[in-house]
Amino acid sequence: MSTETSSGTGPDQTKEMTIREAIRLALREELERDDDVFVMGEDVGKFGGVYEVTGDLVEQFGEERVRDTPISEAGFMGAAVGAAATGTRPVVEIMFSDFIGVCSEQIINQMAKNRYMFGGKTEMPVTVRTTEGGGSGAASQHSGTIHTWFAHFPGVMAVAPATPASAKGLLKSAIRSDDPVIVFENKQIYEQKGEVPLDDDFTIPIGTASVEREGEDVTVVATQRMVGESLELAEELAGQTSVEVIDLRSLYPMDTETLVESVKKTGRLVIADESPLSYGTHAEVATRVMENAFYSLDAPIQRVGVADVHIPFSPALEEEVLPHGSDVEAAINRIV
Amino acid sequence: MVVLDIETEDGQREALRRMLTIRAFDTKAADLFSDGELPGFVHLYVGEEAVGVGACSALESDDYITSTHRGHGHCIAKGLDPDLMMAELFGKANGYCNGKGGSMHIADVDAGMLGANGIVGAGPPLATGAALTSHLKGEDTVALAFFGDGAVAQGQVHEAINLAATWNLPAVFLVENNQYGEATPVEKQHNVQNLSETAEAYNIPGFTVDGMDITAVYEAVKEARKRAADGEGPTFIEAETYRYHGHFEGDQQPYRTEEDVAIWKDRDAIESFKRRLVDAGTITEDEFDEMKAEIDQQIEDAVGKAKDAAYPDPSEAYEDMFNAAVPEISDFSSGMRADGGEDR
Repeated sequence: MSTETSSGTGPDQTKEMTIREAIRLALREELERDDDVFVMGEDVGKFGGVYEVTGDLVEQFGEERVRDTPISEAGFMGAAVGAAATGTRPVVEIMFSDFIGVCSEQIINQMAKNRYMFGGKTEMPVTVRTTEGGGSGAASQHSGTIHTWFAHFPGVMAVAPATPASAKGLLKSAIRSDDPVIVFENKQIYEQKGEVPLDDDFTIPIGTASVEREGEDVTVVATQRMVGESLELAEELAGQTSVEVIDLRSLYPMDTETLVESVKKTGRLVIADESPLSYGTHAEVATRVMENAFYSLDAPIQRVGVADVHIPFSPALEEEVLPHGSDVEAAINRIV
Repeated sequence: MVVLDIETEDGQREALRRMLTIRAFDTKAADLFSDGELPGFVHLYVGEEAVGVGACSALESDDYITSTHRGHGHCIAKGLDPDLMMAELFGKANGYCNGKGGSMHIADVDAGMLGANGIVGAGPPLATGAALTSHLKGEDTVALAFFGDGAVAQGQVHEAINLAATWNLPAVFLVENNQYGEATPVEKQHNVQNLSETAEAYNIPGFTVDGMDITAVYEAVKEARKRAADGEGPTFIEAETYRYHGHFEGDQQPYRTEEDVAIWKDRDAIESFKRRLVDAGTITEDEFDEMKAEIDQQIEDAVGKAKDAAYPDPSEAYEDMFNAAVPEISDFSSGMRADGGEDR
């Protein structure tokens, strides 16, 4: 399913940029487009964000709309919910997704439930941006991949970009959405480059996956960092195994149709996501494929993720637990 | 709708009417619950009427409030319709939340009522957010958070007040100290004599007022609202009050005696306000009796209408999760792939 929309009147120009720059561009465009949009989080202003994502936005939009908060996730997450219910469109940065535990009350019992509990009579246009992923030697409290919690929890949409274009397009859709959306940004790929449409109305609909490379022998459904590593692997294997790579990118809602169509063609499925494996994103993808393409499967579905441990500190240990392209290759070799 | 402004005689009569309405509504809710006619839990506001009505009478109609699990009084004080509240208590389709929220989640965002709340302490951050909207948009609205003494021990309440104070937002934090956090007395939950002392930590004004005196509450909130609207930031007000009923209906209340309750009932807020209005000639005894009978009938009628109203269609359970259409909900709710998949 080709889903990118480019409805603006300007030329279809693109520019190469990093994921970090694409996110900042999306924020800048939406802050320019809609006065109700504002950004808040820890050190997002003059400091520019701990991963330098908000960068210089405060210089253009001022401290009111690019708002530094105290280290007070429950307070400002709750304030975002109250602000959204009364007519603004907050974009909240939670520095590390591991810190979401501190403010999960306001996410799960307020942000996710208010619209339903109130009989649909309020909207909740909150966007939460947060970082995930190991690989920085940051140990267990700054390296987790937790997106399954919120992809699972009713009332929240969850997206996870893997490319600069999807980083821009998904974030803009999130900000324009009247529903709460959490954007999970893998911190290891902020420097990854790619072409990004410059059209300021370029968005990617939430709930759509993207076939990044077509193939015939096996489907790899990947997220975040694993998309790039799977594409590199597919290139390496070209000539011997034809690998189709799908960027899942929207965890909830999920584009079941694109996944199912691919597996009907290839008959084999590997799911690569940095979450812990039990009860995870992998399981949801696998179930949907089995429910809808069971008789097309020629081999058991393979899962590549973290083996239900936390992310350890020592480089030797961290490298051991994180999934990589080599793990995807091993999974392909088990079934092709 | 009569304007609730207790500086006028009409407004005083309206305040009395709302206090009586709260009492009649919640007394009826107690009866209905004990008769097994209401599903779920109900937490009643009987005894605390002066706080909700006194505070709302000091607010403008487009100001925001956040509420608690004990929220019926706040709703009525803010001007919500008892018919639609009662329908919600019965889980009927015409209730404020179309039957999805019930007693603990009545909301009317358009009327500035941002929701009763089943999570102790969750309301103040929402009020800080509503005040942030007002600040960012340059509006002159104020947000007032009602919360209980128990909530003062919650971390997110501290965070909400600290944020509003640090950002100088137009918010008012009003603690209804009804002497018990669920079943535990206030002195066993806090290390301060008056909860308003905590205001010092945020460098904002803090006051303790008699929550059984509607005028005392009104004056404190009026002043706090003015400060907020003038850009002078939030105020912390503690209103000392008492709930005549248990924490929830069915609470056996081993933590207090009838004598304890009687001490507070002797200072009943409705009775004392009525006496003042009669003494001032604002209302006669006959007019009061007439008003009370009218309200009792109004609540009886609300119950009748709620009982007669339709339940939501079961399919409504799958509506209202998101503004956008989400295929998962329609697929799962219709028995996703019950045929085993289209390629069987």
